Amino acid sequence: MGLDIEANKKLVEEVLEAYPKKAKKDREKHFQINTEEAQTCGTCALKSNIKSRPGVMTPRGCSYAGSKGVVWGPIKDMVHISHGPIGCGQYSWGTRRNYASGTLGIDNFTAMQITSDFQETDIVFGGDKKLEVIMREITEMFPLAKGISVQSECPVGLIGDDIEAVSKKMSKELEMPVVPVRCEGFRGVSQSLGHHIANDAIRDFVLGKAELAETGPYDVNIIGDYNIGGDAWASRILLEEMGLRVIAQWSGDGTLNELEIAHKAKLNLIHCHRSMNYMVEHMEKAYGIPWMEYNFFGPSKTYESLRAIAALFDETIQENCEKMIAKHKPAMDAIIHKYKPRLENKKVLLMIGGLRSRHTIGAYEDLGMDIVASGYEFAHKDDYEKTFPMMKEGTIIMDDPTAYELEELAQKMNVDLVGSGVKEKYVYHKMGVPFRQMHSWDYSGPYHGFDGFKIFAKDMDMTVNSPVWNLIQKKKTVQKEEASI
Amino acid sequence: MSKDRLDIPDYNTLFSEHRFVEQRLNKQQFEAPCSEQETAEALAYSQSAEYMEKNFNRKAVVINPHKACQPLGSIMAALGFEKTLPFVHGSQGCNSYFRSHLSRHFKEPTPAVSSSMTEDAAVFGGMSNLIDGLENSIALYKPEMVALCTTCMAEVIGDDLSSFIGNARQKGVISEDFPVAFCNTPSFVGSHITGYDSMLKGILSYLYERSGLQAAPGSGEETGEKLNVMLGFEPYTGNFAEIRKILDAFDTKYTLLGDHSGNYDSPATGEYEYYYGGTKLADVPLAANALGTLSLQKYTLKKTQDFISETWKQQVSALSTPLGIAGTDKLLEAISELTGLPIPASLLEERGRVVDALTDSHPYLHGKRVALVGDPDLLIGLIGFCMEVGMEPVHIVCSNGDVDFNEVKFKEEAEALLASSPYGSEATVYVGNDLWHMRSLLLTDPVDLAIGSSHLKFAAKDANVPLIRVGFPIFDRHHMHRYPILGYQGALNLLSQIVNTVLDELDRNNSGFNYDLVR
Repeated sequence: MGLDIEANKKLVEEVLEAYPKKAKKDREKHFQINTEEAQTCGTCALKSNIKSRPGVMTPRGCSYAGSKGVVWGPIKDMVHISHGPIGCGQYSWGTRRNYASGTLGIDNFTAMQITSDFQETDIVFGGDKKLEVIMREITEMFPLAKGISVQSECPVGLIGDDIEAVSKKMSKELEMPVVPVRCEGFRGVSQSLGHHIANDAIRDFVLGKAELAETGPYDVNIIGDYNIGGDAWASRILLEEMGLRVIAQWSGDGTLNELEIAHKAKLNLIHCHRSMNYMVEHMEKAYGIPWMEYNFFGPSKTYESLRAIAALFDETIQENCEKMIAKHKPAMDAIIHKYKPRLENKKVLLMIGGLRSRHTIGAYEDLGMDIVASGYEFAHKDDYEKTFPMMKEGTIIMDDPTAYELEELAQKMNVDLVGSGVKEKYVYHKMGVPFRQMHSWDYSGPYHGFDGFKIFAKDMDMTVNSPVWNLIQKKKTVQKEEASI
Repeated sequence: MSKDRLDIPDYNTLFSEHRFVEQRLNKQQFEAPCSEQETAEALAYSQSAEYMEKNFNRKAVVINPHKACQPLGSIMAALGFEKTLPFVHGSQGCNSYFRSHLSRHFKEPTPAVSSSMTEDAAVFGGMSNLIDGLENSIALYKPEMVALCTTCMAEVIGDDLSSFIGNARQKGVISEDFPVAFCNTPSFVGSHITGYDSMLKGILSYLYERSGLQAAPGSGEETGEKLNVMLGFEPYTGNFAEIRKILDAFDTKYTLLGDHSGNYDSPATGEYEYYYGGTKLADVPLAANALGTLSLQKYTLKKTQDFISETWKQQVSALSTPLGIAGTDKLLEAISELTGLPIPASLLEERGRVVDALTDSHPYLHGKRVALVGDPDLLIGLIGFCMEVGMEPVHIVCSNGDVDFNEVKFKEEAEALLASSPYGSEATVYVGNDLWHMRSLLLTDPVDLAIGSSHLKFAAKDANVPLIRVGFPIFDRHHMHRYPILGYQGALNLLSQIVNTVLDELDRNNSGFNYDLVR
């Protein structure tokens, strides 16, 4: 069943009325209603990956968030310096739930905040000398650290510090990789450039630097899975059950060595295409490693992806794949049998980072839920090209939607569930609209794979059907009742 | 049991399953991990006195600091005023971080916008971003005031807020009379508390100056005879209700200068309104005529206090967060002194009830060794509270404690306070240190309890010490901030949390025979 294209067009127009002329003109370019034509596009009119309007409450973050927060931070056996003033490191400390095994502060440094804590003098005189001292101290404090990365904050680039020279010098002195990452927050228009910069740094400083003792025909990499709530583990277990050998996991629960040996794989499997497409494209060119995007959200997409992956290997793997699907399917059917009746036809509005706004759709659909609007914080054109065909006609697709737009749409469309991030969450709680954080799984998870779908389904049911929403005495209703007395 | 019951393990149970344990072991062949022995040795070394010495000798690297940056505090200050939209001039990522951070603590929305400066603004300055931003944000979010602060980016390139705002007025983007308060909040100076102070002073001075009023302390009819009260960087919405209760008991008129409790404790009504509560803008110039000002975070509110005493010529009575009985006694005395009103009997009765509770619990607290982490004013309050119930503060870490009030630095005051009681004799105050230092302290010189924010949970876990969550941020427990910790009622709440944690520990660690029914 499609949605009403004309009605939704009108709806978007109404919402954008609130803007001043210039901003309105810009924001109009970031909305499109899905049509048959748009589904086959590549010529979509939708604008993306351009600057947010000042003053609008954009959900976006910055390059540093993309590099340190997403890509580098989860590499567990390296120390990542938040280089600059205190805030950036503090706010990105342990907030993305990249699970990793190991002992925190000993051989795992993920949930830590290691910073140069720039003071005024560092701004005036530069922080390069201090950076050297910091690196020496890091090897004293963390003798098992395998490497260091320097995650630049805004002032580092603005004052012209030469972190590359320092890193080069210290890499020699400390005999370990020291990676400068120019991810100052003012670069680019969102987190997305930070992913790109982080990928380039992996390419230039780490990739291909170590050898894998023995390679095999089934060696693959998991790329672009940050192990939120253990997602990468729930994915890896399926690939391994199928007979593949995962030699590197980027970057959730990942290690320096895995980055260094990944070029030995036979296939790159990429989950978050938005954040690590640069890497798989590079590895294809440089090492001839083919890659494919897969999607382990919800059983339908997981079966589809598993079969597509198996198809690239021999019959043994294909047989294993079918066996595995046959084994897990009853459990997945049972989940759907239980939860679908409770969730069917519920309307969902999604606004997530750069992948889940389309990747999670299948999981919602498995539960009978309808995505009525979906949008990305920092997607690019290629993301939208993939998104339109996955959506029903009439769906509202939006780029970098502002808080205002989301709130208006959620209300006007009378949605049953909003999936977005912590900045948005509590607004919808006030409105009485069920909400799930789809960046961090609301401290739950995993959501990937078969193990993950069970939790996903349970979480969505818990959210949509919680009796607490019925306790909210809607102000408008109360006023109306009062008026009628 | 229902027929369709499905077993859905949570992440703890799931990843403890054999298949995942095996997965982790198998993955190690690609990780090039350190050997078990190396890891064990490094762990033991990290817990040693030798390591602690090195840890305390480091000069440059900061590990797990207990402070955030200025603009975060500035947003909190801005949300203390009626229909005020916080506006962060600089790179947009900062604003996203501030909004997330505050929302994670309060479990509430944080409306704030940014001027979204990027590379071109780094070269040409952020004026056009600021002007566009003002136009857009006022159209969308309809504030009655914008409160503007800077990020390090705007500071490093030297953007001039005052002239930019002037240009926005000239261009007609904002009307001449639309208030835009502002302050500079470079992240490489001070911490979140400095930013709170900068913005509070920015708003008070701006609204006062533009009103054209002349301060006349204690004058006026309705406007005089009033007390101003400032809570500062206050992570507890419950503290606002408690201070109101206390002031109401005195039957005095008062103005809370900066009250974000409305924004951070708003009801779920089916509608979201962007702005809830806050100090009325019109009350700010009138506050210049009050009898005096009571500050409950003297280290945090340095600049604001100076502004009030110098420009408004008011008596400023500056305390640290009034925790515990003695802290609250001081608070009541200060109110009484400023207003000339007697301490109400109802509060004295409440005091008695809380003291009664303290006498009930003291055996479980006496001699308990405690580690404390927090902002300076909170720590002064906590040290006082611990000592008055017979607990012994041992390690006190303050990452942002290098501040003074009337030429007395936080560290000196904390040490003098500790020296005033035999229960403080074991204590050392560390200023400018971080939670990795605290980890060494906890491991080499163990304590019974740790008190601090959620960030302390890592060090507390390593040292196997129970953590009582007090301060900011508290991300991993719910609703702590809804209960006051100041005043007598707050003392009771702190006491309950602490004593019941001790009792939980007793039960958890029982050896079979002492799993007592009655405690």
